[in-house]
Amino acid sequence: MKILVCISKTPDTTAKIAFTDNSTKFDTNGVQWIINPYDEWYALVRAIELKEKDSSAVIHLVNVGSADAEPIIRKALALGGDEAIRVNADSHDSFFVASQIAEVAKQGNYDLVFTGKETIDYNGSSIGGMVAELLDLPYVSLATKFELSETKATITREIEGGEENCEVELPVVVSAQKGMAEQRIPNMRGIMAARTKPLKVVEPTSVTPLTNVSGFGLPPAKAGVKLVSPDNVEELVRLLHEEAKAF
Amino acid sequence: MSVLIFIDTNEGHVKKASLEVMSYGAKLADQLGTVAEGVALGTVTEDLSALGKYGVKKIHHVNNDVLNHFDAQVYTKVIAQVAEKTGAAVVIFSNNVDGKAIAPRLSARLKAGLVSGAVALPDTANGFTVKKNVFSGKAFANITINTAIKVIALSPNAYQVKTGGGSAEVVPFTTNVEPGKIKVTNVTKASGEVPLTEAEIVVSAGRGMKGPENWGMIEDLAHALHAALACSRPVADAHWRPHNEHVGQTGIAIAPNLYIAIGISGAIQHLAGVNRSKVIVVINKDPEAPFFKAADYGIVGDAFEVVPKFTEAVKKLKGS
Repeated sequence: MKILVCISKTPDTTAKIAFTDNSTKFDTNGVQWIINPYDEWYALVRAIELKEKDSSAVIHLVNVGSADAEPIIRKALALGGDEAIRVNADSHDSFFVASQIAEVAKQGNYDLVFTGKETIDYNGSSIGGMVAELLDLPYVSLATKFELSETKATITREIEGGEENCEVELPVVVSAQKGMAEQRIPNMRGIMAARTKPLKVVEPTSVTPLTNVSGFGLPPAKAGVKLVSPDNVEELVRLLHEEAKAF
Repeated sequence: MSVLIFIDTNEGHVKKASLEVMSYGAKLADQLGTVAEGVALGTVTEDLSALGKYGVKKIHHVNNDVLNHFDAQVYTKVIAQVAEKTGAAVVIFSNNVDGKAIAPRLSARLKAGLVSGAVALPDTANGFTVKKNVFSGKAFANITINTAIKVIALSPNAYQVKTGGGSAEVVPFTTNVEPGKIKVTNVTKASGEVPLTEAEIVVSAGRGMKGPENWGMIEDLAHALHAALACSRPVADAHWRPHNEHVGQTGIAIAPNLYIAIGISGAIQHLAGVNRSKVIVVINKDPEAPFFKAADYGIVGDAFEVVPKFTEAVKKLKGS
């Protein structure tokens, strides 16, 4: 049983969002970097739980990024990955990243590829689907539960206003979200072990990105809150109805 | 050349998100001097030709039973065939549950650049650039697509539904559809409730409600407004409310017309998931709650007193 978990480096959820170079680059000044929460809390932790049930399972991590992604890769190893592969390239666009991951996945012959449902920076929700297509594998997105018996996966995924249960034979690509597992904190033993776990660096395969970012911007600031007295709730309802036309 | 729109259905009914995508696609087709066409998969119980009023001229209907269960791999193959046959220059999805699964697959299959979570019409004056939300709604990016075929997944509630045109020509599209590898065993739906991502109005509550036993008044207000229910992360983590109601950076991102936040302080992670709401109302007894800075209307007061009055006032207004 070989599991590949895709790990992306993202700014911390409290990071101040600003741009430089005439609004074409994210301002990384003072930004704390973390493992994308969906990749860490749900995809990686669920993979670790599967390994806890089946000790023959092996968890590989893949990251597409420069050397400054290594601290977050080490953290993922400390949580419980067995070894990591870093594709030494900037993440130009989702197709470029997905193509690199697909190449790693092809060579490693994995039974299961896990991603988070999206990254909290680009919010593309694209990597899982693209990797699945490039590998010609089935894809179950937005999974909230994942169980395995032998080579059959039983998965629950979110649909609008409900959920759907499905079954699929491995190999499969799955994107994970809340419900799949609970966040863990690496322990000292894990942190020590992570220092000597293999972290392979491979060069990217040649792929032309399909898109590029031409600029960033910030949403316009709100005009300011209009406060209504708690003794006059009817006035709020009137404002919402007549002024804001909200219903 | 055409603009091809994926018409997403649920148990044979066209989803509201698809009406937005058709309106958006029709406008884009105008902008590009071409026509908007649709593709619908599986059994559709509605009259597809009536969708012409949203601006689509022709709908390719692949009416094959295999397509009555969603499988992104199977759907992608069929949509790719329709796109190739119709010479689609742009293929548009809603960035909803299904769109998030199919659009990236189609992008990889056709080597067509993708912008997911688009919030505005493309700027086609010089190239093809689409605005999308990034950093969970804290910023936006303009993404330029550099390929001949483009794929767009439009954020729900980002584009107003527009009606006008006449009826659409419905043409059967026949192709050999191989069953997929995913077997759907069960579908559960919370009956009668508005799906959170499609809701026009959302009533959301947080730790200020003190415990799950106090949610009755929140449900009453939601009911009076025909709103969907949501909650903050601590509430979902404490299992006061189900995870699928959690909105925010690590939950669901929503953009309703009206978002009412009750007893939620407004941490940056929560704001990220809701700040695209058109109107935000905050009810909190702490005047220093950061949420007031992001709100349009606010009441500094005790939710336990304000919310029942709110519900009564709504009922009174709607009754009159």
